[in-house]
Amino acid sequence: MTTTATKTIPAGIAGQSSYSSIWKKILMAVTGISFMGFVAGHMIGNLQLFQGQEKLNDYAELLHHLGGLLWIVRGTLLIFLAIHVWTGIRLYFQNWSARPISYKRQESIETGLTSKTMIWSGLGILLYVVYHLLHFTFVVTNPEYAGLTDAAGRLDVYSMVILGFQNYLISGVYIVAMLALAFHINHALPSFFQTLGLNRPSVRPWLKRLGTLAALLFFFGYCSMPAAVLLNIIKLPGGGN
Amino acid sequence: MNLTLYVWRQKNASDKGKMERYDARDISSHMSFLEMLDVVNEDLTEKGIEPIAFDHDCREGICGMCSLMINGIAHGPEPGTTVCQLHMRHFKDGDSIYIEPWRARAFPVIKDLIVDRSAFERIQHAGGFISINTGGAPDANALPIAKKKADLAMDAAACIGCGACVASCPNASAMLFVSAKVTQFANLPQGRIEAAERVQKMVAQMDLEGFGNCTNHYECEAVCPKEINIRFIGQMNREFMKAKTGLG
Repeated sequence: MTTTATKTIPAGIAGQSSYSSIWKKILMAVTGISFMGFVAGHMIGNLQLFQGQEKLNDYAELLHHLGGLLWIVRGTLLIFLAIHVWTGIRLYFQNWSARPISYKRQESIETGLTSKTMIWSGLGILLYVVYHLLHFTFVVTNPEYAGLTDAAGRLDVYSMVILGFQNYLISGVYIVAMLALAFHINHALPSFFQTLGLNRPSVRPWLKRLGTLAALLFFFGYCSMPAAVLLNIIKLPGGGN
Repeated sequence: MNLTLYVWRQKNASDKGKMERYDARDISSHMSFLEMLDVVNEDLTEKGIEPIAFDHDCREGICGMCSLMINGIAHGPEPGTTVCQLHMRHFKDGDSIYIEPWRARAFPVIKDLIVDRSAFERIQHAGGFISINTGGAPDANALPIAKKKADLAMDAAACIGCGACVASCPNASAMLFVSAKVTQFANLPQGRIEAAERVQKMVAQMDLEGFGNCTNHYECEAVCPKEINIRFIGQMNREFMKAKTGLG
């Protein structure tokens, strides 16, 4: 077969042979939907911020006492993340090289911004997840959080969150990351159903709306927390700021 | 009407190729797009310029040969229409029209606007058939098939294999074509016998040809002249999963 390829990329990334295009779809769908489950649970858990210090720190303590279960969840998410990211990057390069010569003019009829920017919203979320873990889980970026405890001697997650969001830069980065998440989910959720063949024409418009609804819920749900802190609706315990 | 055309010209597969500007004069709005190109080609021939090479055959919208990217849309602006059935009344006097060939690694340009679509043939050869002993035609309705299933198979079988799905896909994926060819059989009892083998072989060949991966943009469905529904991609995915896991 003759090709006039002008785009060349390493065979390891571009090669289709290792697993088929449909496997890649299924891997993206299954790992992706599990992240969405996590993101939903994480949001509902964290919204306890609005119920005060006692409630949120209790919840954090509960999670830390899950022991083995916590590590199973963390391990699974980490493996899924590796699969999702690696497959996503391969998809990007393979698809990019599948059209060596671009059109002078190409119009989009059906697809939209969030569908075309999956790789970028995805990488944005990945970068944020790395920062988020360094910030709260490993306490690298703000080491002063390490010794924070509440009156009951528990890790004071409540104060950590408020101190974090009082920083405009941290809140700004957070809101941008949640925008990336919303973009990603707007395309991802309807795609999940399409990939698994749960896509009768009559339900398709509803699946599209469901994706947008989920995206908006996650965006406003998560962003309500920095907003409440920045607007002084939620304050540090003991009147400190 | 008078039009300005920007047309991809490429001598052969190894030529680099470029866009050329031509004037299309005194075009009747009753002409089809291909008839308009015929007029332009006559004019070019008289001027001693090599006429524009483009694929065409039946000019009735059923063969799947015509294959032009018109102003960035496969088969042009009218939905559910092949280029040969696109009429010049959908354009205005003074319009500029960009005409490009299908672009995909798996569809290399042979000359001007003609691309090599034999990758589709090889996918068909890999499994797009049923193995059946020939003989006298069976009696009508000897094999009961639910109306819903028969309609689905018929909808999938409407695919004419033109390649507009690949051309319009941001990823140059062939999944709409392959899914139509897989499911037109998978929905019928005669096709079930080899269903598992068929979907695996056709998908493997599709990947081998260097088409991109489907990431659910649905541009294919929007430009398909036969309006093949992307539900068939979903069904192909299910067929593939069933085949690989041995379930169903």
